[in-house]
Parts: sequence; structure tokens; C-alpha cells
Amino acid sequence: MSTEVVQSRRDWLLSERPASRMQARLGRAYVTWRRFSANRLAFVGLLIIIALLLVAAFADVLAPYSPTFGDLKGSRLLAPSAAHWFGTDDLGRDIYSRIIYGSRWTLYVVILVAVIAAPIGLLVGTVAGYAGGWTDAILMRITDIFLAFPKLILALAFVAALGPGIENAVLAIAITSWPPYARIARAETLTVRNSDYIKAVQLMGASPFRIVLRHIMPLCISSLIIRVTLDMAGIILTAAGLGFLGLGAQPPLPEWGAMIASGRRFVLDQWWVAGAPGFAILIVSLGFNLLGDGLRDALDPRSGDQ
Amino acid sequence: MSVAENQATAERGGTRAVAVLSSIGRFLVIAVTTYLGLLAVTFFIGRVIPIDPVLAVLGDRAPANVVERTRREMGLDLPLIEQFYIYVKNALNGDFGTSVLTTNPVMTDIRRAFPATIELATLGTLIGSVIGVPLGVLAAVRRGSLIDQIVRIIGLIGYSVPIFWLGLLGLVLFYAKLQWVAFPARLDVVYEYTFTPITGFYLLDAAMQGQWDVFYDAFRHIILPASLLGYFSLAYISRMTRSFMLNELSQEYIVAARAKGLSERRIVWAHALRNAAVPMVTVIALSYAGLLEGSVLTETVFSWPGIGLYITNSLQNADMNAVLGGTIVIGSVFIAINLFSDLLYRVLDPRTKVE
Amino acid sequence: MSGKTLLEVEDLRINFPTRIGQVQAVRGVSFSLGRERLGIVGESGSGKSQTGRAIMGLTPPQAEVTAKTLAFDGIDLLAAPPRERRALRGKRIAMILQDPKYSLDPVMSIGRQIVETLRTHERVSKAEARDRALAMLEAVQIRDPARVFDLHPHEVSGGMGQRAMIAMMLIAGPEMMIADEPTSALDVTVQLDVLGILDRLVSERGMGLIFISHDLRLVSSFCDRVIVMYAGKVVEQLKASELRDAQHPYTRGLLNCMPRIGFERHPLPVLDRKPEWAA
Repeated sequence: MSTEVVQSRRDWLLSERPASRMQARLGRAYVTWRRFSANRLAFVGLLIIIALLLVAAFADVLAPYSPTFGDLKGSRLLAPSAAHWFGTDDLGRDIYSRIIYGSRWTLYVVILVAVIAAPIGLLVGTVAGYAGGWTDAILMRITDIFLAFPKLILALAFVAALGPGIENAVLAIAITSWPPYARIARAETLTVRNSDYIKAVQLMGASPFRIVLRHIMPLCISSLIIRVTLDMAGIILTAAGLGFLGLGAQPPLPEWGAMIASGRRFVLDQWWVAGAPGFAILIVSLGFNLLGDGLRDALDPRSGDQ
Repeated sequence: MSVAENQATAERGGTRAVAVLSSIGRFLVIAVTTYLGLLAVTFFIGRVIPIDPVLAVLGDRAPANVVERTRREMGLDLPLIEQFYIYVKNALNGDFGTSVLTTNPVMTDIRRAFPATIELATLGTLIGSVIGVPLGVLAAVRRGSLIDQIVRIIGLIGYSVPIFWLGLLGLVLFYAKLQWVAFPARLDVVYEYTFTPITGFYLLDAAMQGQWDVFYDAFRHIILPASLLGYFSLAYISRMTRSFMLNELSQEYIVAARAKGLSERRIVWAHALRNAAVPMVTVIALSYAGLLEGSVLTETVFSWPGIGLYITNSLQNADMNAVLGGTIVIGSVFIAINLFSDLLYRVLDPRTKVE
Repeated sequence: MSGKTLLEVEDLRINFPTRIGQVQAVRGVSFSLGRERLGIVGESGSGKSQTGRAIMGLTPPQAEVTAKTLAFDGIDLLAAPPRERRALRGKRIAMILQDPKYSLDPVMSIGRQIVETLRTHERVSKAEARDRALAMLEAVQIRDPARVFDLHPHEVSGGMGQRAMIAMMLIAGPEMMIADEPTSALDVTVQLDVLGILDRLVSERGMGLIFISHDLRLVSSFCDRVIVMYAGKVVEQLKASELRDAQHPYTRGLLNCMPRIGFERHPLPVLDRKPEWAA
């Protein structure tokens, strides 16, 4: 009986002739989900990201010690033990707790960069693609110029001028990471620009602004999401690199890159001080990479071999 | 061959010449605008973002008369567009101002540091291509096999691991624990005084002068950072090789080659790889450019006296002239490699060759 | 000589395992070939190309090929070790593919590709290989062989490319040739040239030819016998001269699809497809 219900629900979702827009949409989502969850590695990536979100949300509960205040007298540079899972740093702070709180800063950077860079890219790309002509040529030339720059070095120079700090690091990374989004958005725009339904909206007298905003941008979102997810690992690594060079998060913030920097001085004897945060970066970046690959394969089966 | 076909070939030749001319023109436009863009951005960073560019250059402890002199030297009383013109002119002449930290012209410092960076990145790319290309080919040929999985994992980790962290771990393991490699520097202190570099590429210089003890020492210093960069290059190159090879192996000419009775080995290496080689050159060039960029972090970890370390040291001392000079130089080389690889692609592909 | 059977195919089946189950591309095809010209006709997806590739041993690795008999000159192809099959390919059985634009290696000169076939199968000096390749280019009516020898595939027209392909496949002197839509990608004006060259070489050398095409009229004018395939099965087998008397409704349908001058063309006839033919 219950298997029958499941069966018919599946048939409803996979129906060739959906009766409503809702059914079609749910059906598509279901097919995408099935393709995604068949990819075991992508699923692992998703789990890592969910774990990251949970750890960041419940950091107060999960962390056994304070991330900023340590026991300077009794617990400096302790090796990993039952009391301090990942050991302690030179200021006697529990590294495990700092890593847990550090997940918040990682998310902070990633989300903020995505929120700043993706809309800039989306706007530049759709406007260039829809307007065409000189607007297109100039906007795309600027995009290509930015694409040809070495991102890390440029971000470095930006932060050097703006002054070190996590907000400036975010800004610098965002400034250097929008161009690929503009390219993607432009490519998507070009494929729909001359389609009949855009013509129809034009005939109804919609302004270019409305067409771009309401009819073109939504179509670019899914490929943009894939690209942003794939870029997350790069953003994390760049932010950590800036932190490592002392340009990102400033002490005593428990940002992972900065933690590696402060552990660098003791790395030959107390390797865990720098070891643990680097491992955290590796796992989270891996999570985003696996998730991004999986999303790309699920939403765009053509590129499955890449 | 018929007359019509001859004529068609001639016409193709004619349109190709036009196409080549216009693509050279486009190339020049791209090159010039990209470099102007780089200079505009660094100008923006150096002159517009700071509230007082003089203080950004000199620091806030400089005496008032020096500040005033520098302000005039930098032409800050002129309109912005004129300032930019002077800035571009100076940059094209290799004049990036004076480093506050070393009191040398920035270009002199950079010229001294540049060979170290190039040597490291070159060796890294070499390691990455020599291992990465065959690995990628094997992964594509034996799709789904163990080696394919290994290439996948190498790639995934390469795209996910912080380079400076892996460098630190490498130091712990290979220098501190196993003592296989030398401490972070370019040479042992003993040799710093007995060895006179010619080109600045120490491995090459030592070999040319027959100083094999120096060569060995230089090798012991460079091998760990070069292998590290090599790993990142390998991760990228093997993944791309695999993808290009899969694409080539699914082409019809591969079926034709099999129908001719060629061995699988010949089909893979003489046909598929030769075709994949054209885009591969671009990938290797891009990976080289990426390693130059990554040198900032690697050189810092390994105290490698190249431009990357120069930039980081200058950053910590708020030496903006040096930072921007280094940025422009690395950026220029990076852009040049980008443009060059694009050009190389056209030259290597017989389909776009000019007779 | 012509009476001798070159190729014997009995109950050939090709399956492709996919996620949704087995796809049976070829389902029990049987025929035999002497030193004659046999046409295989069918729509795309009828399994005609896969039949040709199975004889060559070039089906994709995931495909499962079975047959009661699949023998070339007494050699059991399915039991033969890969090395032996490879030695047959190019040397005794050759294949011409559809579009020279894709089937010639784009980064290797035409001459080297021809020489490569020869030197794979015969121990000849470089100079001799070059001479024979030039002679072969001349045999496929390329006027300036020395020049074409050094050209890359993109530098020649489709018709010349396909002639180079024929040269490449014939240089080792095969006894049997599979031509898979050899003229479909060419301009109509050069189609007949290429066919003429192929026809002459095949009869001069006394080869067996399997001519795979979707074009029934072309096949019937060019071949001695015709096999009509539908959905992986042979629906009819007959002499080309007796095509007018074809019995099977599918073959008749294919024939009726051809517009004839002077007859009413509207409405255009549509191919009838009945599931029971595929059963």
C-alpha cells in the first residue's frame, strides 16, 4: 500500500505532461535532486557544508573554551589531549574552540563576497548582453581586463591601500572576483535576448530595465549559483592567504588563515598550532568543491566529463 | 585537383591573411588596454584610495620638508588625469619610485629579486607538466580506473588546500623531521659569499661555473618549494589533460585511426595527445602564470628572496611604492603570459596556421 | 574468385547497457558477402552503422556483441585475440567514415596519415612508403599528389579529403571495405566523383564492399545486392535490380519517399512505421 503511494508520487513528479506549473517545477527539482544525490562525493560535499553551517550557528554551545581568552599561565602550547583536542596556542587558547568560532568568519567572508560580487557580475553581464553595441564592448573589455589580472596580488595591493582588516579583505576579494560572473551572465543573456518571449514583453512596452531585471536576470541565476559555489573554495583560500600575510582578519579574531600565521613561528616544534586550522580550511574548501562539481553535473549534464 | 578547388584554396588564403591582420590588430588593442587597465588600477590604489598618498609612501614620521618635496615630486598638485599620464610614463620607463625600506629605486630591488621568482616558478611548472601530462593521459585512457581516481583526488586536494599551509607541513616533515631538504632560504650562508651569480638563476649559474657543491646546495633549497608549486601545477594540468584527452578520444579521427589498425599506444600518444597538445600549451602557460601569483605565499613561507617575498616585506612596512611596483611587475608578466599563450595557441594549431 | 565468401554474419546482436536497461541496437542480423557490392540501407538508428563497426571490431567498449557466426575469410572474429583483429584492420578490412572533416587527424599532414597505415602493416622504407602514398593519391585522382601530401586536412575540400581517406584506407590493399555513408557529408557535385573512384578501385582490385547508406536510390544504383534494415533487424534482402519488386511495406515506403519528376509531390509521403516489423 505505502509503496504504491510512493510509486504514484514518483510518477506524478516524473510525469511527461505536468498539469500545473508547480508540478513541472517540482518534477524538475526532483530529477535534479536524484541526479545530484546519485553522486556520492557531491553528497559528502553537501554534508560538509551543512556541518559548517551548524557548527557556525551553534559555536557557543559546541566550543568548550573561549576563543579569545586563554590561560596564559598554565596552558601555553599544549599538545593535543583529552582536555584540548587540537592543543593550545601560544596564548594558551584552546585551538578546537577557536576553529569552531573561526567557521563563522569563514562563512562571513564567503557569503559577503558572494553577495557583493555576484550581483555586480550579474548586472554588468546582463546589461552588456542586452544592450549590445558599444555598451557591450566597453563593459566586456573592462571585464576582460580584470580577468587578466592576478587576483591574489591585486587583492593584496587593495588591502595594502585600504588597511588590513577582514572587511577590507572581503571588499578586495569581491572587487577581483566579479568578472567571471559577468561573462556567464552575458552568455546567458545572449542566448535569450532574441527569443520570442522577450520580443513579446518588449511589444507590451516593458522598459529595458524591467526586462533585464524581471525576465533575464532570473534565467542567469542557476548557472551563476554553480559558478559561485565552485568559486567558494577559491574565496576561502584567498581570504586565508590574506589572513596568513597579516592583511585579513586581525588578532585576536579566530580566523583560520591568521591562526596559521600565528602558528607559523612554532611550526617546527608545535605543528598542531598551524596544522589544525589549515586542515579545517582544506575540509571546508573540499566541501565547496565537491558540492560545486555535483551541482554542475546535476544541473548541466553536458559538462559531466570535465 | 580541379581549377575550382585551386581557386577556393587561394581565396581561403586571401581571407586568412585578412583574418590574421585583424587578429593582430585585436591582439594589440587587447594588450594595450589590459596594461593601461593594470596601471589604472594600481594608480587608483596608490593615489586615490589613500587620504594622503604622501603619507602612504613615506609613513607618518617623515619630516615636513620631505613630505612637501615628495608631494611636488609625485605631482599631486596637478589634475588627476595629468597625474595618471605621468604615472604611466614613469611606469613604462620602469620608474616605480623609491623603496622606503631599502632606499633603492623599486626597479633595482625588483630586478634583483626577479630571477629567484622565475627560477622557482619554472621548476615548479616543469615538475607539474612532466608528471601531470602523462598522469592526465592515463586517467583519460583508463577512465574510472584507480589512476583516474588518483588524478581526481590529486586535483580535488590541489584545488582545496591552502598552499602556505601545505608548505609549512612540508617544512615540518622534510626539513625538521626527515632532514631531506635544506632550511628556508636560497643558499647556505657559506656559499652566499663564495658564489657569484651571473644570470641570477642559481641552478643554472652553478652548473655553468662547474660549482657542483653549490648546485647541490641550491637544489636542496629549491626542491621543496618547487615541488610544492609543482603539486599545484600538477593538480591543474593533469585535470585539464584528462578532460582534453577525453574530448579527443571521442572524435571520429580516433575511430579512423583504429580502423587503420594502429596500436592503442600510437593512437593515444601520436594522435590524441598531439591534438590535445594545442590547448595543453595554453593550460601550461596559465599554470605558470598562476605559480607566479602563488609565489607571494610560497616565497613567504620558504623565505625565498623573490618578488613575492619583496611584496610581503614591503606590505609589512607600509612601503606602498614597493608594493605597487611589485604588483605591476608580476601583473605585467601574468598578463603577458596570458596574451602570449593565446597567441601560441593560434600558432600551434595548424588550422589557423599562415602559409 | 567472386563466388568465394569473404564475410559470414549470422545472428549478429549488439546490446548497449544503459541506466534504463538494455538497448538492443542490432537484433539478429545475418548476411554474407563475397567479392561484390552489398548495400545496407536504413534510417538513422536502424543499426546499420553499428553492424559495420562490429565487423571492424570498433563498437564502443560498453557494447556487447554476440553472433552465431562472425567470420572473415574463415577467421572467427569474435574469438580472435585483439592483436589479430588489429592486424586485420587496415590490412585486410578497411573502413571509410562519413565526414573527412572529422575522420582525418587535423594536426597530421595527409601524406603522413597515409604512410602511417602502410608502415603499420608492412615493413617498408620511408622513401618507398612515400612513393606508394603518392601513387595512391594519384589513384584516387588527386592531380598534384606531391603538394597534397604535405597539406593538412583543413586545407583541402571535402571531396579531396574523402579521396585522401580512401587512399589512406586502400593503401595496404584490403580485400574488404566498409564504407559508412562515404558521400553523405559531401557536396552533391562531388558525390558522384568520389563514388566513381570508389567504384573503380573496388572492382579493379576485386574487393568486397559493404556500402552503408540511408539513400536507397544511391545504394540501388551502386550495389549488386541490398539489405534493408529497420530497428536493428533485416526486413528485406534483395538484388538491386529487383528493387522495384520489393515486397516489404517498409522498403516500399522508402522507395515512395523519393520524389519523382513529373508526378504529384503533395502531400509528401511519410514513412510508415509499424511496431510489428520490429518484433
